[in-house]
Amino acid sequence: MTTSPAPLLGYPRSDGRVGIRDVVAVVYLVECARAVADAIAAGRDDVHVIGFGGCYPSAYAHRMLEQLCTHPNVGAVVLVSLGCEGLDREALARTVAASGRPVTTLVIQALGGTRSTVARGRAWVEATRARAARGRMVPFDLADLVVGTICGGSDGTSGITANPVVGRVFDRLVAAGGTAVFEETGELIGCEQHMAGRAVTADLGAQIVGRVEKAAAYYTAMGHGSFSPGNAEGGLTTLEEKSLGAYSKSGSGPIHGVVTPGQPIPGPGLYLLDVVPEGPPRWGFPNINDNAEIAELVAAGSHVVLFTTGRGSVVGSAVSPVVKICANPETYRRMSEDMDVDAGRILEGREGIDDVADEVLDLLHAVAAGRPTASEELGHREFVLTYKSSEPTGPACLPTLR
Amino acid sequence: MTGTAPTPAAGGPYDLLLLAAGDDVAVAVRDLAAGPCRTSDGRVLRTSGPVRLGHKVAVRDIAAGEHVVRSGMSIGSATVPVSAGEWVHTHNLRSDYIVTFAHRGGEA
Repeated sequence: MTTSPAPLLGYPRSDGRVGIRDVVAVVYLVECARAVADAIAAGRDDVHVIGFGGCYPSAYAHRMLEQLCTHPNVGAVVLVSLGCEGLDREALARTVAASGRPVTTLVIQALGGTRSTVARGRAWVEATRARAARGRMVPFDLADLVVGTICGGSDGTSGITANPVVGRVFDRLVAAGGTAVFEETGELIGCEQHMAGRAVTADLGAQIVGRVEKAAAYYTAMGHGSFSPGNAEGGLTTLEEKSLGAYSKSGSGPIHGVVTPGQPIPGPGLYLLDVVPEGPPRWGFPNINDNAEIAELVAAGSHVVLFTTGRGSVVGSAVSPVVKICANPETYRRMSEDMDVDAGRILEGREGIDDVADEVLDLLHAVAAGRPTASEELGHREFVLTYKSSEPTGPACLPTLR
Repeated sequence: MTGTAPTPAAGGPYDLLLLAAGDDVAVAVRDLAAGPCRTSDGRVLRTSGPVRLGHKVAVRDIAAGEHVVRSGMSIGSATVPVSAGEWVHTHNLRSDYIVTFAHRGGEA
């Protein structure tokens, strides 16, 4: 790993983690509260809107919001409730308060409607920000961070430039004691035996094979795999070919464990995030788009996400910065304002995978020090969280006395 | 995926990138017209038609039913005999896992 040009300073949290951003999360607890949440956050780059649209409770969504509200990049939390939704706002508020973060719960039905709730929320955010500005910062190292990776809008170049670059970055981060997480068991179909060979224990290897088999069964039941028309136009022919490209993001080092969405990464090393739910398909695709997956990587604790794209994506994320690594030189020329790294130059023979990996590590350092990524600068703060699991429930979407 | 891909910069300039030694296909690093092309391992291969950037070309004759290897890992099976220099895509290669679903898959 490249040596730090300057010491990094971050935001200390009570669980020992350090944030590289200090975001106020404004959390809508049902779609009905979303416009109010948006109005509370409007006009501030450091106030991000996340939330869950469903009225009926979901243990998965609750776990995700708990992890996101206590994410190291989050310094304070505003919960915006309509008042009658099923999500247990009191339990969520308790979890956030227990983490030492300032938290307030605004119940629109109790506060008299849109304007009064927005005014209360904005005043709380102003006061909280003023206090946060006086907080101390602590030194940290890149190895203290969790780095996630995802590929979106893949083409035939993704698997030969940007993805191997991320793999090289991961190898170096993990070798230096850092933590890295890759995802999408459904995008790893065909690579399971190779992955099992990299697992630190035979049990973990068997578990990985089982999880990929589960993903294959899930996608087969859904009618097709994680493969879009754009993938085929870009030169990818089969799901396993796309998998091979996606798989190269994981590098070549040992795999230390598997986590599921809403579960934090337990320690340093390389982890696989299994995004495919257990059991038969019930809620459609495991993740409906790239941002649903990014949200899961962030909830796992990712301070920053390396997003590789061949055909060109513009998205960022709430809570954690997204670094976009463009695999295709033609896409880079066309969409450079949305890209952070031009990995397509590998394809043109101008530089090697290690050269670009060096650049990504330097950029990670700069982003950890506070430099905005292209998507941050452009105001991308996408966030998607949908139903993924379900549990038996009564008529929850009714006025209650709690 | 076995072994590491050769660092492309070391071999360039070339038209077709071979990702691992022993691979059955190489990847076009730019849009290619039909005709002689240089591979990253120093061979000359005659492509039988135009090939777009990121698409694959067979570097040897492949029999129907044979696994096709890229980066040292199988990416599916040939559905028909494929000659060296031929474009390899959904018209002659299928997944061994899940049928490729693509509205416009296979277009040139």
